[in-house]
Amino acid sequence: MLCPVVSNIPVNGEYFHLVLDVPSAALAGLPGQFFHLKCPSSQAGTPFLRRPMSVYRINRHERQIEFLYKNHGLGTAGLATLKSGDVLDVFGPLGQGFVSDGSKHVLMVARGVGLATMAPLAEQAIGNGSQVTAILSARSPDLVMSADYLESVGASIISVTDTDGTSDIGSVAGILEACHAANPFDYAATCGSNRLLQMLKRLCGQWGITGEVALEQNMACAIGMCFCCVRPFEVDGGLTYRRVCFEGPVFPLGETTSW
Amino acid sequence: MVDMRVNIGGIELTNPVMPGSGTIAEGIAKAADLSLLGAVVTKTITKDLREGNPPPRVAELPNATLFSIGIPSKGPEHFINTIVPFYQSFNVPLIASISADTADDFAALAKRISVPGVSAIEANISCPNLKKNGEAFAMSVQATRDVISAMKAATDVPIWAKLSPNVGDIAEIARSAEAAGADALVCANAMLAMGVDVQTRLPKLATITGGITGAATKPIILRMAYQCVEAVSIPVVGCGGIMDVDDALEYMLAGCTAVQVGTANFISVSTMSKIIAGIDDYCTKHGFAKVADVVGAMGIHEPPIIHAGRL
Repeated sequence: MLCPVVSNIPVNGEYFHLVLDVPSAALAGLPGQFFHLKCPSSQAGTPFLRRPMSVYRINRHERQIEFLYKNHGLGTAGLATLKSGDVLDVFGPLGQGFVSDGSKHVLMVARGVGLATMAPLAEQAIGNGSQVTAILSARSPDLVMSADYLESVGASIISVTDTDGTSDIGSVAGILEACHAANPFDYAATCGSNRLLQMLKRLCGQWGITGEVALEQNMACAIGMCFCCVRPFEVDGGLTYRRVCFEGPVFPLGETTSW
Repeated sequence: MVDMRVNIGGIELTNPVMPGSGTIAEGIAKAADLSLLGAVVTKTITKDLREGNPPPRVAELPNATLFSIGIPSKGPEHFINTIVPFYQSFNVPLIASISADTADDFAALAKRISVPGVSAIEANISCPNLKKNGEAFAMSVQATRDVISAMKAATDVPIWAKLSPNVGDIAEIARSAEAAGADALVCANAMLAMGVDVQTRLPKLATITGGITGAATKPIILRMAYQCVEAVSIPVVGCGGIMDVDDALEYMLAGCTAVQVGTANFISVSTMSKIIAGIDDYCTKHGFAKVADVVGAMGIHEPPIIHAGRL
């Protein structure tokens, strides 16, 4: 579907915030699902394939979807050229989203642009009556994106950064264990870092709660046809390939091998 | 009303457009109307269960993609019990793509999947990502003949031979397949290629080499399809870099009876339906009552008669 661009503005120097007017089909998107974007040409060249992009916000009231992306390749360089009034060819929503339904206390652990993927989960979980605690990890405080937005929807935010020395795995695990002792989590989700993924996988196993992760992989078709975007998963004591676009991009943490 | 029907080795298709093997799967049915297609070609299966190659399996190149999937396969029973019934509901001919390690195994698998609902079998004798150095049966006149002969002896279902572009003289391979009894040729599979990421110093694919597909390959595969058309009298199905109706028409004007659309399905699920509508429009505009008349309708440039020695 062809979607008019409402705005596409730089945030935090490295990221862009893209807002599109969309038809109803796109508004059916769930947290963790993604859209496959036909990125325009830029001075960097013309992308041949579409680019998968997880949805940052589904604004059903304004009938808009929003994306938060880092300009770091051929596809995103093309997206960065978009201006209000341009049109973007969007295919989706696609893939399997997060399933936090019925959880009382949702834990979100995200780093870098992984925050964009997790943001709609917070809004949905709070809408469903869950409490949400979000650990936002970034290189420096000015890159802790979305903190204001997540706070505005009612999540409790704990920011950790490399420059403050608070983002190492030991410190984050300590924070999580203290939170869990005070107010136990019954669902956890993560995106954006392999070290956080491994740590959360261990803690979810220890606590006996459901954990999910949203993964990335280079894709071609995004609807399970080409089998390009596989990753290995642990099933019944052995490894098997699954398609990130079709069986995922959200997978059970317990079966995931790496970010 | 343009008559869009074409005949491929005894099978009548309602139009000349079908997907290349491995470029659609059941998931597309939610986004595109498969009943509009001339045929459905299924992803290659092998007799064994296969997980396929390790990732990364895809890299983007200018106007092209580099793939190394390695044929993940759920085997013939899954194909017969699940895939065939699924596609039967769309009421279009089903072309089953198969691969194997030996001519005998090709024959045995062809026999096993010769079930009602399978209209033809495409022998994938050209996958660039199964064996070391991209070696494939279709690189050898003798191996091509052995596989196709064995399959023809094992089943009455028509056999299409999918050729490899990684050869010096595709015409001799085409003639070998025809002599062995192939009912049609599909020209062609992916060209062997590779890429290296200079930042990470890693190959762009885990298997190092893979197959290049997409728009950039069309002029080369088109030339090969034309050479096949010139070499044989069985139908040739053109397959390589078809992104839009003009690409499809080029193959048909060069003599291909039908076309397979591959990589373009990954970019838009409506590519094939647009090409079908576009061919219909082209026939109307150019006065072709039947699409079959477009096949081989390419003219020639009349060269001027030059007398040497008048400088």
